Amino acid sequence: MELILQPWPWYVSGTLIALVLFLLLMMGDSFGMSSNLRTLCTLCGAGKKTDFFNFDWKTQKWNLLVMIGAVIGGFIGANLLSSGSGVAINPATIDQLQDIGITSSGRSYLPVEIFQVFSIKNIVLLAVGGFLVGFGARYAGGCTSGHAISGLSNLQLPSLIAVIGFFIGGLVMIHFLFPIIF
Amino acid sequence: MKNSIYIGIGILFGITMYKSEAASWFRIYEMFNFQAFHMYGIIGVAVVLGLITTQLIKKYKVKSFYNVPIVINDKEKSVKRYLFGGIIFGLGWALAGACPGPMFTLVGAGFYSLLIVIGSAVLGTFIYGKLKDKLPH
Repeated sequence: MELILQPWPWYVSGTLIALVLFLLLMMGDSFGMSSNLRTLCTLCGAGKKTDFFNFDWKTQKWNLLVMIGAVIGGFIGANLLSSGSGVAINPATIDQLQDIGITSSGRSYLPVEIFQVFSIKNIVLLAVGGFLVGFGARYAGGCTSGHAISGLSNLQLPSLIAVIGFFIGGLVMIHFLFPIIF
Repeated sequence: MKNSIYIGIGILFGITMYKSEAASWFRIYEMFNFQAFHMYGIIGVAVVLGLITTQLIKKYKVKSFYNVPIVINDKEKSVKRYLFGGIIFGLGWALAGACPGPMFTLVGAGFYSLLIVIGSAVLGTFIYGKLKDKLPH
């Protein structure tokens, strides 16, 4: 039990993600979470005005159920399967974060300074971050699950290009934009 | 029955995202600073095992649990949409520290500010749908 309550090592986690991919393929579907964002647009009525959202959402119901499961899994993981919430990142990373005013790494799963302080700046940061994720995922035709896991597993060059893009964007954000933002 | 299997797979995915810390902003920040192997290990193992699984399914024409041939579609060939879309996604991933799976897991874990991230991700998807025909693909 103690082993389960600790954070799970990378090889266990990677194996379980591959198991999720396998199970979804065996169900006759595919592993790609960002498609749900499109389905949510359709559920909000976006199909009436824009063709891109004009499809029968019921064909994607299975993926919405996976998404609901992911919420429940988060509840179980945080409340029933964890003994603490700190994330043991590299001490060098902790020092670097302190320089930009984020000191909660040892005691919280997410930085308290961004996710639990409701300032206008934080709301804007989260909104901009989410917007870019949603826009970029659909533009690229997939996210970490659809491209990095499913696509690379299927030896898709487009997915490799997308993953390279993910890293260019991520590196630019953290190394060039974070010093301006924080 | 089928519905509960999907929810079950989602639960497995959500627990894994949370317990692996792949849903933690800190781990994403650390990954983009190349200061730990953790995230690379997770993605690396998932891709290697996923690759073996996918290739075996294709090679032996494995049928699904419902006895239907499994079809794995190739992605449309192009560079622009994957590169530009990927870069935009990466900027957001590093800022919000959550991709489209973990953002839902985190709400379940009690971080309700992720609802702002989800709401704007849906908006971003909607705006993409509006601009789709004007963007280079």
